[in-house]
Amino acid sequence: MAVDPLIELRNVNKYYGELHVLRDIDLTVGKGEVVVVIGPSGSGKSTLCRTINRLETVQSGTITLDGQPLPEEGRALARLRAEVGMVFQSFNLFAHKTVLQNVSLAQVKVRRRRQDDADRRSRELLDRVGLLDQAAKFPAQLSGGQQQRVAIARALAMEPKAMLFDEPTSALDPEMINEVLEVMRKLARDGMTMIVVTHEMGFARASANRVVFMADGRIVEDRSPEQFFTNPNSDRAKDFLSKILKH
Amino acid sequence: MNVLTDNFHTYAEGFLGTLELTLYASLLALALGFVMASFRVAPVRSLRVFGTAWVTVLRNTPLTLLFFAVLLGLPRFGLVLPFDVFAVLALGCYTSAFICEALRAGINTVPTGQGEAARSLGMSFGQTLSLVVLPQAFKSVIPPVGSTLIALAKNSAIAGAFSVTELLGTYKTINELGYNIVWTFVWIAVGYLIITLAISALFNLLERKYGVAR
Repeated sequence: MAVDPLIELRNVNKYYGELHVLRDIDLTVGKGEVVVVIGPSGSGKSTLCRTINRLETVQSGTITLDGQPLPEEGRALARLRAEVGMVFQSFNLFAHKTVLQNVSLAQVKVRRRRQDDADRRSRELLDRVGLLDQAAKFPAQLSGGQQQRVAIARALAMEPKAMLFDEPTSALDPEMINEVLEVMRKLARDGMTMIVVTHEMGFARASANRVVFMADGRIVEDRSPEQFFTNPNSDRAKDFLSKILKH
Repeated sequence: MNVLTDNFHTYAEGFLGTLELTLYASLLALALGFVMASFRVAPVRSLRVFGTAWVTVLRNTPLTLLFFAVLLGLPRFGLVLPFDVFAVLALGCYTSAFICEALRAGINTVPTGQGEAARSLGMSFGQTLSLVVLPQAFKSVIPPVGSTLIALAKNSAIAGAFSVTELLGTYKTINELGYNIVWTFVWIAVGYLIITLAISALFNLLERKYGVAR
């Protein structure tokens, strides 16, 4: 395991009213590590992902990023969020802005870059995800896979220390999934710290350093992908894997 | 017809009075409504409470009562201003509650993911609201804000009861001179129509310009 922890969750608990969605979560993600979170729906994996940049608040426990505890709402929290890129299931590109503006907006407004510097960097990133020719279009004119790649470029434009992916391919047509996964695989190879909530077992096997299996708000297993997929410890994971790997 | 021509000066004065009341109160209502809508969706609880209280009190108070409260109440606390300024205050604050709710309805039409994406990029609450959420909310708030401002134009008539020069109040002067009451009111109605239809036209224009579907 990596020695240098970047994201640490200690004893994190979250409730939605009566519902206990995260139970005593302990998770450490080292610099450059790729951690894939899998599990049945309702197991709390998306919530876990969203607590890390405080899109969801937690009732107890601590979350630290690069040694700093997550600040309360306000300037400090905004600064921290700029350090953590997030990619959503539903892309969430700004609908009233072009592709280029989507990638440049936060660079200018948050990072205080000059507009032309930001645009130059945006074009580089769009080129990297293969969408430079779409820069002038609006999100609604792109396919889902293209929108998600723009969303990744938008997050990367902030030069984040880590990237969170909340089911990035779950809203995509099967034939578009791969173009998004390819971008993610490239990122993983380049050493980006990533937490990926996904149902893509192929990606977990090939690119993850660790697989975290969640069920009913708990982390049930936290192991290397080979160990997890060939020889899961818990019955819950065996059951889950038998269901999804059969077809 | 001669009701209008004989009393053109009185009508014009009243018309301008109503126009001014409408204009200034609209500006105040839009500004305050914008601030209150921001408060109501703010991450800070005390701001949300303030915004909610503002809307609840002003929206549920009869406007006439509010006029009494402002025109008779504020001077007791040492705040003495011309009556037309008080009228603008009362009208503007009252209408701001409705504008606030129209804006908030518009904000709610923008998918939450848009705001989450903005926040996840490190934008502050103000940036998220002004750069991402409100521009997208704008198109859906144009019709209700237009309706609210038309209501404001007509509500301004209440100011006449508090000796502010405005259009409806002109009937007293004209009536005392012995002119036909029906025609007096017809021309007053025409005056209001000019203002309200102008507001309608302005908002139709805005809707055509910005209200395009994404």
